[in-house]
Amino acid sequence: MGSMKEVFNSLFLKELLKGMSVTGKYFFARKITVQYPEEKTPQSFRFRGLHALRRYPNGEERCIACKLCEAICPAMAITIEAEPRDDGSRRTTRYDIDLTKCIFCGFCEEACPVDAVVETRVFEYHGEKRGDLYYTKQMLLANGDRYEAEIAEDRALDAPYR
Amino acid sequence: MDALMNFGQGIFGGVWPAVWTLIKIVLIVAPLMLGVAYLTYFERKVIGYMQQRIGPNRVGPWGLIQPIADGLKLLLKEIIVPSGSSKAVFIIAPMLAIAPALAAWAVIPFTDSLVLANIDASLLYILAITSMGVYGIILSGWASNSKYAFLGAMRSAAQMVSYEIAMGFALITVLMVAGSLNLVEIVNGQSRGQFADMGLGFLSWNWLPLLPMFLVYLISGTAELNRAPFDIAEGESEIVAGFHVEYSGMAFALFFLAEYANMILIAALTSILFLGGWLSPVGFLPDGILWMFAKMSFVLLLFLWFRATFPRYRYDLLMRLGWKVFLPLCFFWVIIVGVWMITPLNIWN
Repeated sequence: MGSMKEVFNSLFLKELLKGMSVTGKYFFARKITVQYPEEKTPQSFRFRGLHALRRYPNGEERCIACKLCEAICPAMAITIEAEPRDDGSRRTTRYDIDLTKCIFCGFCEEACPVDAVVETRVFEYHGEKRGDLYYTKQMLLANGDRYEAEIAEDRALDAPYR
Repeated sequence: MDALMNFGQGIFGGVWPAVWTLIKIVLIVAPLMLGVAYLTYFERKVIGYMQQRIGPNRVGPWGLIQPIADGLKLLLKEIIVPSGSSKAVFIIAPMLAIAPALAAWAVIPFTDSLVLANIDASLLYILAITSMGVYGIILSGWASNSKYAFLGAMRSAAQMVSYEIAMGFALITVLMVAGSLNLVEIVNGQSRGQFADMGLGFLSWNWLPLLPMFLVYLISGTAELNRAPFDIAEGESEIVAGFHVEYSGMAFALFFLAEYANMILIAALTSILFLGGWLSPVGFLPDGILWMFAKMSFVLLLFLWFRATFPRYRYDLLMRLGWKVFLPLCFFWVIIVGVWMITPLNIWN
């Protein structure tokens, strides 16, 4: 008797109809598409986007050219050259991040002892020519100046967990 | 109508019948091509909805211009001919794929009078022409000189040949009960019956008394079309895109058009053979071409629904289904229907 039932079920495609009823139900379900340029999903304050180099409130750049970020970078995207400045402090003469190599792991941020290199929430940027995504020290400092308020706020939010 | 005929006669003289036929062909093919374009849109929308997405919505209101944009893109793209391919066959293959898909429409009746060629052996003609479609696929796979294309073509050939048999037997039961190979006659035959007299025409259509054959036809039709869940010929997860992996631009678009034109064709055939064509489902509503379109849309929706629901069949299971399940079932049912027809219980008089 059991096998008769099986034959009947397979002859009249019982399981297939069951499957189709599931997709049929989802046809009328609420759609969860986010219409990207108009709508955006919420971001975490730990979002790892475009890099920036920060300054102290007095305008002095934070980076002390310890090269920890360069050392830890798994994609070897960071290039640093350093020399003592006229006042005797150790500063970078070159700080480049190749964003086409970068994998946005956030290790540089974590390695930095002075919170100089950070990743901002900015992810909507692009390059139109080869080399456009090779960010130099000037560009990174400019990013830092531009987004400092947001960066500081995100660090403050993250501080309890560090 | 007579005025139009006289006008045409006056201008074209003796070649008017040929010109008139050409006009009728354009009147069928142009809406068909438009239907194909919007079937792709419909497919993306329906499958999107079933996956909780909203589908194309950027080009035009609700994305309605999307198929036009896609068509333009394909027209402007380069047709890349691989250096190892046999070039003539490579170019001819897509034409061989689309020609039968369009030629079969010659005998499809939309209403009892609206048909390009109302020939007596139209069902036979359909069977013959649709079998030709496999050549385009085999030749494209062979000419591409690529293993993926070749594998896809081989799979497709085996599949289409196997399922054609099951499909043929499903059609045999239909023509046994209709007693005619003429598609118009087959539909008219479905308008008669006990339920039709009671005003419930849809219970007199072939789908109910021939239910197993209807299912066999629908499933082997899906297999004939190389549609999911029988799309092993494309099998993008194993053989990239199967037989048309080397095609680009308009040559690819021709395969695409052929596939979707065939989908509409099978939908039309299913409505004619099993769902009563242009007949109205209930007595108090008039018959008409709109019923035909409604039934075709329903079958097309089923094809899209299948694709959104079922995972791809494994190759050996596909062959098993065709040869070990459908074929014996068809034999069995042909005999059942034959016996049924000679008993007093015969409902097809």
